[in-house]
Amino acid sequence: MDFNDTQEEAAFRAEAAAWLKANVPTPDELAGLDDIAAAKLWQKRKYDAGWACIRWEKQYGGREATAIEQVIWNQEEAKFNTPGGVFVIGQGMAAPTLMTWGKPEHHERFLPKLASGEEIWCQLFSEPAGGSDLAALRTKAERDGDDWVINGQKIWTSGAHYSDYGILVVRTDPNVAKHKGLSYFFLDMKSPGVEIKPIKQLTGGANFNEVYFTDVRIPDSQRLGEVGQGWQVALTTLMNERAAIGGGGAGVNVDVAYRIASEVMIDDKPAIEDSAVRAKLADWYVQESGLRFTGYRSMTAMSRGEIPGPENSIGKLVGAPKTQEMASFCMDLLEMSGAIWDEKLSTEAGLLQLTYMGAPGGRIAGGTDEIMANIIAERVLGMPQEPRMDKGMAFSEVPTGSN
Amino acid sequence: MNFEFSEEQELLREQARGFLTEHCPPAAVRAVLDGDADYDPALWQRIVEMGWTATVIPEEFGGLGLSYLELVVIAEELGRAVAPVPFSSSVYLATEALIACGSQEQKDKWLPLLAAGEAIGTFALSEGNGRPSVKSLTTRMDQAGLNGRKLPVADGRAADFAIVVGASDAGDGASWYLVELDQVGVSREAVRTLDFSRGHAVIEFNNAKAELLGGEGAGWSATERLLDRAAVLFAWEQVGLADAAMIQARDYAMGRYAFGRAIASYQAIKHKLANMYVKNTLARSNCYYGAWALNTDSAELPLAAATARVGAIKAAVFAAEENVQTHGGMGFTWEFDCQFYYRRAKLLGVNVGSEGYWQDRLITAYEQNNAA
Repeated sequence: MDFNDTQEEAAFRAEAAAWLKANVPTPDELAGLDDIAAAKLWQKRKYDAGWACIRWEKQYGGREATAIEQVIWNQEEAKFNTPGGVFVIGQGMAAPTLMTWGKPEHHERFLPKLASGEEIWCQLFSEPAGGSDLAALRTKAERDGDDWVINGQKIWTSGAHYSDYGILVVRTDPNVAKHKGLSYFFLDMKSPGVEIKPIKQLTGGANFNEVYFTDVRIPDSQRLGEVGQGWQVALTTLMNERAAIGGGGAGVNVDVAYRIASEVMIDDKPAIEDSAVRAKLADWYVQESGLRFTGYRSMTAMSRGEIPGPENSIGKLVGAPKTQEMASFCMDLLEMSGAIWDEKLSTEAGLLQLTYMGAPGGRIAGGTDEIMANIIAERVLGMPQEPRMDKGMAFSEVPTGSN
Repeated sequence: MNFEFSEEQELLREQARGFLTEHCPPAAVRAVLDGDADYDPALWQRIVEMGWTATVIPEEFGGLGLSYLELVVIAEELGRAVAPVPFSSSVYLATEALIACGSQEQKDKWLPLLAAGEAIGTFALSEGNGRPSVKSLTTRMDQAGLNGRKLPVADGRAADFAIVVGASDAGDGASWYLVELDQVGVSREAVRTLDFSRGHAVIEFNNAKAELLGGEGAGWSATERLLDRAAVLFAWEQVGLADAAMIQARDYAMGRYAFGRAIASYQAIKHKLANMYVKNTLARSNCYYGAWALNTDSAELPLAAATARVGAIKAAVFAAEENVQTHGGMGFTWEFDCQFYYRRAKLLGVNVGSEGYWQDRLITAYEQNNAA
């Protein structure tokens, strides 16, 4: 156990830091660019210099870095305010799935453009009737020559409106049990018959969508895994999703809360001198620190050849509610003006209010708190699965509600 | 960077766990809990023979000269086994205090005895209700000797000597005194704590013979440093305990049926267990940080120790409480072993400073780190 860099790691850190210092886009360079254009500019710059997706094979744009080097890179990049976010699904979820289940020609065609940020991917899994019970999805695919014809509807698809490709799970056989009738594809989001409708969120923003499929044709060559093996392929994606979303240290964290507690007063003394405030901040520090070192421990395990497992669910399960609690607590510290959500008037330019309003989404997306707790209980602690009324039934026989 | 124990340390863990499974079964804990003894002398003798008391003592003083990474592995296993022995008092506190502040002569005399288990030491800080502070100390040395009253002192009757924190007019306002406890100036009486498996005492000093340990007026800063170091070691015991309580709850829930199904299949129980796992995992990862900081004597030790300690208190107390709850009525009986964890978790939760004390220390250390 050694929390310090080895000589090689220190050299790597210095190299990364020097490159970042010289190359992180200046505000002038980003002026006038929208979020996606800014993210693409930064991603392409990293790619051209060999700093994109650094763990990937060199031929696909990576530098075959170790898991620990990835940690170091993330630490160094986090010291700067860099544009990003839109590549998480493509690089963090679609790419590992392509690597595990795709053919060499898929790798050559898609991985470099995922690394360079030229192509953005989205994830078409959830449906109105298949949320926590993802395998209950109904969008169907029927074979027609060398193609599959897709009909149905997906929902909660982040970034569908700006994505080039999507990963898609569909039902290819309704007459076998739920999990056995699924297959996994990827498709061009510009395919005829794909219709995207934005969903307005309670934050007022509209980052995710409903996606409708009407006789959309996908070539069989874009299937990942065997017909009927879609659930297994989807699990690869989901396992990486939990690792990719992780603890979510961004937004309101202890540093922000500490700053606010130092500025606002309780009984004419800085709030940070109040023992109840100190206790709260200490508890959140313990959670942040615990998640950080839990992540590092998985990195060490991975560098020893272990595969990330269901224990990765802990990051989201702790991080999402913590973010909500912290934003709420910090607004309480502001007392009556905590309600103000105005970039000019609000402390931290409205970060608390934005975070609080967005927090319910964090606790639901990518597996709800409740599903995460089930995963830990079942897959880590070996406790029984939930009773399944549809077990062994053909999917077409499974009872459904009106919603 | 490497965030795991070495293969040798994992082997030590296996060996320690096997040893304690054999020599510290629940029946051994129960014997002390039910009886009048302050600890299990046979188990203690075996632990000494394993060399555990000598772990970090330098070889020149008869120790093994191993690192704190080995000691935390042993601490975790002792916590898991709820071992009824004076290990924490003698090793995490008395031995650490001597290594940190002892004169050559004091080290020459006591460290070989501690390593060989021929002496048991303890640390006496608390004088009663409330958070100990320099101002609250009434124990004091004068011409005639040391006078005052300390309670509770863990292993106060089992110990051969105590390191006593007394008031001082010099320096930071406190000094450490090494006091041999078998003398006319010292009277000891057993005091019952909520953990019947661990002996505690009230110790009164009446003109007791005592010698300074460390500098006059350097005792309060030495106390804070000692507590930082001990906090990491206690935290590892707490994490071991939390893990054991979680496993006990899980196993019981798997075998107990209600309404035609194992209670482990109900979400109320599954989510309770998942919550234990989350708390235990965060605490454990923070304990890694603490272990590293302790082992390297890092400037981050105060922050790392407080972080490890706060997380470990929460994890152990939660797992112990909810383990009883998961067992239902049987968990509340004397007959079931759930009480071992419940008692020990709360004892460990206050014995080197409460959650509130360490939360405050954490934020203070965070402020100091940011200022540096």
